[in-house]
Amino acid sequence: MQLKAENISFRYTDDGPFVLKDITLEVNSGERVGIVAPSGYGKSTLAKILSGYRLPEEGKVLLDGKPLPMTGYCPVQMVYQHPEQAVNPRHRMDKILNEAWQPDDELLRKMGIEKSWLTRWPSELSGGELQRFCIARVLGPETKFLICDEITTMLDVITQAQIWHLLMEISEERNLGMMIITHNMSLAKRVCTRIVDLTKLNNVHSHTHTHIHDHEHGDEDHVH
Amino acid sequence: MSEEKKTVLNVEDLTVAFNMYQKGAFKKTDLEVIHKLSIDVKEGEIVAVVGSSGSGKSLLAHSILHILPKNAKVGGKIEYCGKELDDKYVKELLGRDIAFIPQSVDYLDPLMHVDKQVIGVYGNKERQREVFDRYHLDERVDTLYPFQLSGGMARRVLISSAVMEEPKLIIADEPTPGLNVEMAMETLNNFRELADKGTAVLMITHDIDLAFEVADRIAVFYAGTVVEIASTLDFIMGRGFLRHPYSAAFVDALPQKKFKPIEGTQPYAGNLPSGCLFADRCPYRDDECAGEIPMRDLRGGKVRCVHAT
Ligand SMILES: Nc1ncnc2c1ncn2[C@@H]1O[C@H](COP(=O)(O)OP(=O)(O)OP(=O)(O)O)[C@@H](O)[C@H]1O
Ligand SMILES: Nc1ncnc2c1ncn2[C@@H]1O[C@H](COP(=O)(O)OP(=O)(O)OP(=O)(O)O)[C@@H](O)[C@H]1O
Ligand code: SF4
Ligand SMILES: [Mg+2]
Ligand SMILES: [Mg+2]
Repeated sequence: MQLKAENISFRYTDDGPFVLKDITLEVNSGERVGIVAPSGYGKSTLAKILSGYRLPEEGKVLLDGKPLPMTGYCPVQMVYQHPEQAVNPRHRMDKILNEAWQPDDELLRKMGIEKSWLTRWPSELSGGELQRFCIARVLGPETKFLICDEITTMLDVITQAQIWHLLMEISEERNLGMMIITHNMSLAKRVCTRIVDLTKLNNVHSHTHTHIHDHEHGDEDHVH
Repeated sequence: MSEEKKTVLNVEDLTVAFNMYQKGAFKKTDLEVIHKLSIDVKEGEIVAVVGSSGSGKSLLAHSILHILPKNAKVGGKIEYCGKELDDKYVKELLGRDIAFIPQSVDYLDPLMHVDKQVIGVYGNKERQREVFDRYHLDERVDTLYPFQLSGGMARRVLISSAVMEEPKLIIADEPTPGLNVEMAMETLNNFRELADKGTAVLMITHDIDLAFEVADRIAVFYAGTVVEIASTLDFIMGRGFLRHPYSAAFVDALPQKKFKPIEGTQPYAGNLPSGCLFADRCPYRDDECAGEIPMRDLRGGKVRCVHAT
């Protein structure tokens, strides 16, 4: 399968500046495409468009040449940058987790999700614990593409490595396509099959960010 | 030299428990999530707090600031410059002497322009622009509402409010996730500058490689306790200089190192083992690890492990 952004342009208000202009990008099944660009450049905006949460002003999002389905389960799922903003604070964790599918005990164990957390409210979990639920709930068998927006910045490095190893395993087993937004170049090099610099695709000229480019997030010399 | 420096923040034997319903029980019981935790930060010092997700880092910050939920029970001692930091005192100090950078971007007021929020009670427009410029937030950002910010912009706004003044104590709970390395370093350098003028900084972070650049000491948290506190230099020198097996496992999991995680997870607070909390994941475990493991001094640092050398 292929997920494609075709000549996408987007702005938040009718007379505002374009955040994305004329973006074309493909992700194939089994690929893990890293997306890098400075803060405020439009990465999360692109993620929301590709997963159908926002409609582009121009251009199309195509899944195997067809628009994303408007009803039923969307095969393109997204995990947000800030988990506290991605869950309903008035739902308990079991409801949040099982909304779309029922993850089995094995997956919960691998994700480091404790059963006793299921009866809690989102505010009763740490940032990283909440994010693990947000990841587990989108790993259902009907998910064909997964858009990951800075999903492990809230996790300690051990849990981060565990979850990425698991996601890579799932992506290989099921031929899941992934788009991975990250500022951590060392991580991107570990998990992505290719890396795309959004600044090279985007045709907008005015932005509220400055052009500071991402580097290696610490390198071999810092830790021995 | 550090002997003469004043202790700004002193936390001793902090215990936090939540009174709540637990699996299979009909009555609310206490779930203890922080156990006798001690940590201090001196004038001019940056202490980084790293460790497992869910180990009590944010709750430590929330205990200091008295913003825990109502069903929390807190024990132990928290002092600011030698004086007990109670609810009333912390409210007096917050925003001027004590600055807080929360982990959640939900702390921003959704109905207020970001420049107003950052200026707050004590600031002025000129200083706010100066700080925003430093964090590459241009004039267009001033009059945005929080929902109009990107993730990294929201983070930079939260950082800006903390560095408007020269606070005596900064409590930063994950100030840099989602920032590119230059912006994250700019933030940490800003903390360093403030520290060099006397500010004490408690910096909770998962970006351990960046903490190496500016922190004086690093405390490693695991399951509601501190397992090791050591000078940053020991962490930079590498796993051979670290004291606790968990700290070593931490360094090995970095993507720029081996990217090799150890198995398992931190034990659940409702089902803690009696001896060492790390025992089920530790390659050096033996019979001695089943008893109570006290914190002890070792090579200029502190460690909670019977076999550490
Ligand atoms: N709901 C919104 N309304 C108006 N403007 C918005 C909205 N959301 C984002 N923007 C603006 O769109 C631009 C791109 O934001 P986006 O969140 O896509 O950036 P990003 O690349 O994900 O950045 P970061 O790395 O900081 O998360 C920013 O200038 C931001 O201010
Ligand atoms: N209101 C609450 N009721 C019950 N348990 C709670 C509550 N708030 C936090 N906890 C638990 O206390 C533990 C410590 O939480 P805390 O938020 O301090 O973790 P953390 O170290 O900041 O983790 P992270 O790195 O993921 O942010 C977690 O296991 C969490 O589930
Ligand atoms: S006390 Fe024993 S089990 Fe715990 S970390 Fe040390 S060697 Fe490992
Ligand atoms: Mg973003
Ligand atoms: Mg936290």
